[in-house]
Amino acid sequence: MATMQIPAGAGQAPEAGLPGMPGSAGTASERAAGRIWRAVKSNKKALTGAIILLLFVIMAIIPGQIAHDPPQAFIYGRSLGPSAQHLLGTTPSGQDIFAQVIWGARETLIIALVSGLLSTLLSMIMGIGAAYLGGWWDNGLNLITDILLVIPTFPLLIVIISYYPHSSLIPLIAVLVITGYSYGARQLRAEALSLRNRDFLEAARVRGERRFYIIFVEIIPSMTSLIMAVFLGTAVYNVIAAATLQFIGFGDPNSLSWGTMLYWAENGEALQTGQYLWAIAPGLCIALLGAAFALLNYAFDEIGNPALQRVKLTRRRHSPPWRIRAERAR
Amino acid sequence: MTDLRHLADEPLLRTDGLTKHFRIGGGLKRKSLHAVDDVSIEIGEHEIVALAGESGSGKSTIARLLARIYQPTGGEIYFGGKPLSGLKSRADTLAYRSDVPMVFQDPFSSINPVFKISHGVLRSLKLHRPSLSAAEREAEARRVFEIVGLSPAADIMNRYPHELSGGQRQRVGFAQALAMRPKLILADEPVSMLDVSIRIGLLNLMQQLRDEQGVSILYITHDIASARYVADRLIVMYAGQIAESGPVEEVLAAPRHPYTQLLLSAVPDPKAELTLGADTDRGEPPRVINPAPGCRFRFRCPLAIDDCHHQTPKLLPLSPGHDAACLVAQSGAEVKAF
Amino acid sequence: MLSAPADRPQAAATERYTGGSAVRVPILTVSDLSVAYASRRGDVCAVENVSFELAAGEFLGIVGESGCGKSTLLFAVAQLLVPPARITGGSVAFKGTDLIALSERDLAPLRWKEISVVMQSAMNALNPVKTIGAQFADAMRAHGVTARQEIADRSAEVLAMVGIDREHLRSYPHQLSGGMRQRSMIAMALLFTPDLVIMDEPTSALDVVAQRSLMVQIKELQQQLGFAIIFVTHDMSLVSHFSDRLMVMYAGQVAELGATRVVFDAPQHPYSAGLLDAFPSIRGPKVALTGIPGSPPDLAHPPDGCRFAPRCPQVQDQCRQRPVELYNVDDVQVRCLLRGNGVVQGD
Repeated sequence: MATMQIPAGAGQAPEAGLPGMPGSAGTASERAAGRIWRAVKSNKKALTGAIILLLFVIMAIIPGQIAHDPPQAFIYGRSLGPSAQHLLGTTPSGQDIFAQVIWGARETLIIALVSGLLSTLLSMIMGIGAAYLGGWWDNGLNLITDILLVIPTFPLLIVIISYYPHSSLIPLIAVLVITGYSYGARQLRAEALSLRNRDFLEAARVRGERRFYIIFVEIIPSMTSLIMAVFLGTAVYNVIAAATLQFIGFGDPNSLSWGTMLYWAENGEALQTGQYLWAIAPGLCIALLGAAFALLNYAFDEIGNPALQRVKLTRRRHSPPWRIRAERAR
Repeated sequence: MTDLRHLADEPLLRTDGLTKHFRIGGGLKRKSLHAVDDVSIEIGEHEIVALAGESGSGKSTIARLLARIYQPTGGEIYFGGKPLSGLKSRADTLAYRSDVPMVFQDPFSSINPVFKISHGVLRSLKLHRPSLSAAEREAEARRVFEIVGLSPAADIMNRYPHELSGGQRQRVGFAQALAMRPKLILADEPVSMLDVSIRIGLLNLMQQLRDEQGVSILYITHDIASARYVADRLIVMYAGQIAESGPVEEVLAAPRHPYTQLLLSAVPDPKAELTLGADTDRGEPPRVINPAPGCRFRFRCPLAIDDCHHQTPKLLPLSPGHDAACLVAQSGAEVKAF
Repeated sequence: MLSAPADRPQAAATERYTGGSAVRVPILTVSDLSVAYASRRGDVCAVENVSFELAAGEFLGIVGESGCGKSTLLFAVAQLLVPPARITGGSVAFKGTDLIALSERDLAPLRWKEISVVMQSAMNALNPVKTIGAQFADAMRAHGVTARQEIADRSAEVLAMVGIDREHLRSYPHQLSGGMRQRSMIAMALLFTPDLVIMDEPTSALDVVAQRSLMVQIKELQQQLGFAIIFVTHDMSLVSHFSDRLMVMYAGQVAELGATRVVFDAPQHPYSAGLLDAFPSIRGPKVALTGIPGSPPDLAHPPDGCRFAPRCPQVQDQCRQRPVELYNVDDVQVRCLLRGNGVVQGD
């Protein structure tokens, strides 16, 4: 027997269902931000993720303050073990590993965030657009998304690599976006489809609004939680996938990111020669960054799906039992 | 087709043989669901017409046809004498939409939860009365909120939907409709999802809108008692067709169609005497798929004669203004079915 | 076709025990039951100190609007509450045993055999991917009946009781009409001819004609099989002709409790009177009505005095000052200072 009073779905503030409360100030986006902040703060997992992400962001913004050594200068002693001067030791070519890890955060984060954003955008267009426009648009856009969903990503990446060996960031991001958007698109489409029958969208249409207005102003703001969740999920995928691609040589090996560090570590036989830190440090950072996004996602799961909230909120006071009848009568 | 009638005689809204079929089933066995069949109704100015029926009667479909959410499969809708199929440009369509807005059933999903409740009203004003400045829009919004009883308007306007009760949200729905200065409001079961103690307030509001704002209302409901309370005329629908129509008191006092009688007998009236026992009808309204000719109520009608199985009754007047689609009633015999 | 009361030892035992029908031993006694929901801002009391008795074969209607706590009360009685809802006080004694004190394992033999529940929406309660017959079989097997023939026979028997042909045992829920689905839910609840059937708005998903025929059906079954019913609804007029006693709830408390006809003909509590007045009539003269303006109080912060005071047309100063007790006025319990003549329920 499920709990019968579950607060309404995505978009409802925690104080839902209490008429008579003074209006909360702020625009829709301010309220959304407040909701997000509260959700993150109250959820330990999300809070941990947020802290880790924050640390990495600081690393990316002010790497020079944290690591004083230039990361790519071949000036130090070779293959030194960890010491006071070189916290993680040096590479066989004389670079300071610690500096590389700190400076590498920047590119890795940029890849993750940019491809995450673009991927989410593409998911929104393909998913929400398909759901709302319906008909042939739905069929067509869906077909593309489903094909990309089903094609095994890794072999696809390898095939694409063979055309673009050793190139810059843009093809890398493009490849990540194209192969990674489809899962989010399906999620957004499902949610948009369920929203589509909500009366307020029909009301907007009867009011005379244009289609694109409805999509951008009425639908999307109601889906912010899910969109954030899609973004974070895609970010996890992108972090790992980008590192994988760089590890196998795709992308510019002379750039500095954790993935390229792994590439060089592999080339320099780090594990075989006992230089574990050279491989473990960037690897661990990649894993932590992915974990940070995944942990943050827990907060959005809760907003999007109130059933997961640990303390169920006060029931929605005017949840009339004859809703069910109305839904069926439609 | 030239309309030779004087425009003053033309009712505000008129449908002529309005029909809507939905294709259901897939592939080879495409079947046709007859949601609305050959419905001709009229709505005049300053009147509340109740469209009553159970599920599957087609009443909600008619609302959506009139609101241009669906396109009719057949027949025509005339507003102010002009057919809706002639509305081609966006300006024409917008003009119609502002004349005939709709109020929805579910107060919890008919307002976007992300915005303040003034959002819908302000958008309506922006779309349909573009000559107003922003300050004028605000003032107008406050005016319509006061009319529907949401007072003090300036304070309530800045609230979010979840801070309002169901009854208040439905009033917001009416405010959104009023903002467009409509001639006819399509109210699709506006009180069905509200608590009983709140419904009367909204029914009274509807009467007030008719009397003070000069708006006509098409009140769609499954509750005959509320139809009696608020409406001037009553149209009873069954399985996509009109069973009976006429002035509300007359139809309820002397129902001529057996289905109307069944409906009335089934309405629980706490103040009436208990009438338990007797054979209670157990049927339910049918889903009309690929129907054969004949009266659709014949399977449940105790008075059905042979003709009822072959001939679809037409809606004919039995007394001035009071029509019924029943062969037995039209033959002059007395109809006492339930 | 239907089991006559003589086949039911429990009913006979009750009558024997009391030595006649003069004193009806209650099969259910709810005392001071309170239920609260845990929320971010502390406990919200959804049901407060509700007490009533239910005699064997009695039909009790519980009426109230949204947020009054009637469904919560129902689930509390049936021991179906899940966190964050929990019972915070009182007892639910079924045939002498306090159900709250029982563990889930001890409750299991009572469930369905002695107490069954009919949910609000059959489409939500019936498994859409199993046939009706399979679900009946499921229920019977869960309670110890395994012989296939017995299951088939009993399933056909209960379906016949509600007027459904036995061939529908092979139907899936979506193939049945709304009314038939609801009837099969009721049939399922009667598989073991329980002594108490709890119904949570079983007719709200139906049209008015089907609603009426279902109510008549329920009443007939009750008279034939002798089970007690607790029937929760928001529609007062629906139970007016069928219930023996009526309980009106408001804001988590009992507002009025008494014989149905008495409450209908002469409601004591202003809320009950207001509710009755809020039903437009289809017969008789047309009158202008006002309903009950305003909203129920926020249960997270209930008012100090009478909970109905902000909306009450007869409110007086003393009403707002302290919480109101339940008074006994001519066999009707009323929570209203204006009716209380000093005789508090339970004195």
